[in-house]
Amino acid sequence: MSAPLSAALHRRRRRKDAVIRALCLAATLIGLFFLASILLTLLWRGLPALSGTVFTQVTKPPGSGGGLLNPIVGSLIQTGIGTLIGTPLGLLVGTYLAEYARASRLGDAVRFVSDVLLSAPSILVGLFVYQLLVVPFGGFSGLAGAVALAIIIIPVVVRTTEDSLRLLPDTLREAVIALGAPKWKMVTLVCWRAARSGILTGLLLAVARAAGETAPLLFTSLGNLNWSLDLAQPMSSLPVTIYNYAGSAFEDWIALAWTGALLITFGVLGLNILARSLLRK
Amino acid sequence: MSQAAATSAAPPLPARRRAGKAGDAAFALACHAAGVFVLVLLGAIIALLFAGGWPAFRAFGLAFLTSTDWDPVQEVFGAGVSLYGTAVTAVLALVLAVPVAFGIAFLLTELAPAPLRRPIGMAIELLAAVPSIIYGMWGFFVIVPVMAGTIQPAIIDTIGELPVLGTLFQGPPFGTGLLTAALILAIMVLPFIAAVMRDAFAAVPPVYKESAYGLGATTWEVVRHVVLPYARVSVVGGTMLGLGRALGETMAVTFVVGNANRISPSLFGAGNTIASLIALEFPESGMGSLKLSALLALGFLLFALSFLVLAISRWLLRPRLKG
Repeated sequence: MSAPLSAALHRRRRRKDAVIRALCLAATLIGLFFLASILLTLLWRGLPALSGTVFTQVTKPPGSGGGLLNPIVGSLIQTGIGTLIGTPLGLLVGTYLAEYARASRLGDAVRFVSDVLLSAPSILVGLFVYQLLVVPFGGFSGLAGAVALAIIIIPVVVRTTEDSLRLLPDTLREAVIALGAPKWKMVTLVCWRAARSGILTGLLLAVARAAGETAPLLFTSLGNLNWSLDLAQPMSSLPVTIYNYAGSAFEDWIALAWTGALLITFGVLGLNILARSLLRK
Repeated sequence: MSQAAATSAAPPLPARRRAGKAGDAAFALACHAAGVFVLVLLGAIIALLFAGGWPAFRAFGLAFLTSTDWDPVQEVFGAGVSLYGTAVTAVLALVLAVPVAFGIAFLLTELAPAPLRRPIGMAIELLAAVPSIIYGMWGFFVIVPVMAGTIQPAIIDTIGELPVLGTLFQGPPFGTGLLTAALILAIMVLPFIAAVMRDAFAAVPPVYKESAYGLGATTWEVVRHVVLPYARVSVVGGTMLGLGRALGETMAVTFVVGNANRISPSLFGAGNTIASLIALEFPESGMGSLKLSALLALGFLLFALSFLVLAISRWLLRPRLKG
């Protein structure tokens, strides 16, 4: 009597297990499908307009061709300056958390705030820098855009710097101190060097994140359809140009927007893959 | 060894030691200052957003939170519609994303063959790296037509016929609207939730799982009764992280939400979110105008909201971070 019952129960449990396994597989396939759809759409719609002129010509009014030279250069400049500002700060904060504030209230607060800023809405960074730099100085500027990107970069660098420094064994630190080296030499010459692949990974991830950000730039560097390298003036950027072009009614602008989207996505994903492969070594 | 130490341990040069001390002090100061800078940054963000929004808060008072007006001509502004849109899209995004994220985390920790785990995990993580503007374009040019042509009509013909639930799925299938925005948001927060869940599932001590398997439990039963209870705090924390990210997402939502300042009973209706309203209305707000102040006030509200959610998430994930 109990044997058929338990056999039925066993079958039901097995069936339930199989159904849920199948659902999990389906969930994963859904995720992968979306990624594939995004990448294929970008290739399909971005490749046709991808030519040399995209890199050699500046943006032009609809119907007269043009390229994406000034957005590309603008993005490189703003991301570059943002990285130059954000990396040393992030590195120092991460070092502070890992080497000076492992068990301090202040350190806990800094760690907490940095982690929250890591996920905070990026559009608010734009509004903040607008209030901080654009309103007082009376205009949108490439420098304000770079500062906004720096604020995006800092928490990413903080997190990865602290994590990679914490992976180092304390015996390493003790060995350096036992040799009579001052602590700052221990950190800069030994710890940073030992953790450099992790720190570099974080830096690449931070750059990739900043390069694709649109919302913080809308209110800071604004965008510029003309060629301009002046940091005190509005500066073009690839994401903002994509935003403006994709929302326009002109076929050639939309085509260029797709090409820009293709460039930025594959650039950003390439940086991500590079960063991760660096960490594996 | 002690002999070597004794012979080579010449007294350090006083000048060098002084330089070391000075260097130590300077470096420690720089690190501390950088740490304090992060706190100052947070304080400055809160202060500047609040100061910018103060004229609007003063003009409209508490009614700003509930008022559904957004009338630039009459200069009457309220946060009601965008708060509603923000909450609906973000919560709906979680409803869609959490089960899928759970499935992915389950597959990556228990089901997938070991050589496949890394590439699949990496592909899912790449979803998080795709810039938000790309989700917006892709959503607008790919998902919106599919929603308008296939999914929304199908929903109207099935769920739309039901008595109560049906009111959520009424109206013309334009393809844009709150539901589409929630779908795009779900795809965007999916990798973050899945990553937290995967790490939490992987942190369950194998002995616990093995003992359940040893009792004859199926894989699902092990996950349901051993892994999930063990990891539940992290699962909630990961969900809150997804919520925090969904609340403030801007570019993708702006493309697909329809951008209308009204509360529509149907999820197919156009709406807006705080972030999309700020992005869209900002170019038409003059410096120093009341409208700009209202946008900054909205920004302050959004910051307060996402800070709260992210703080809870961080607090929940905290013990696991240390382990």
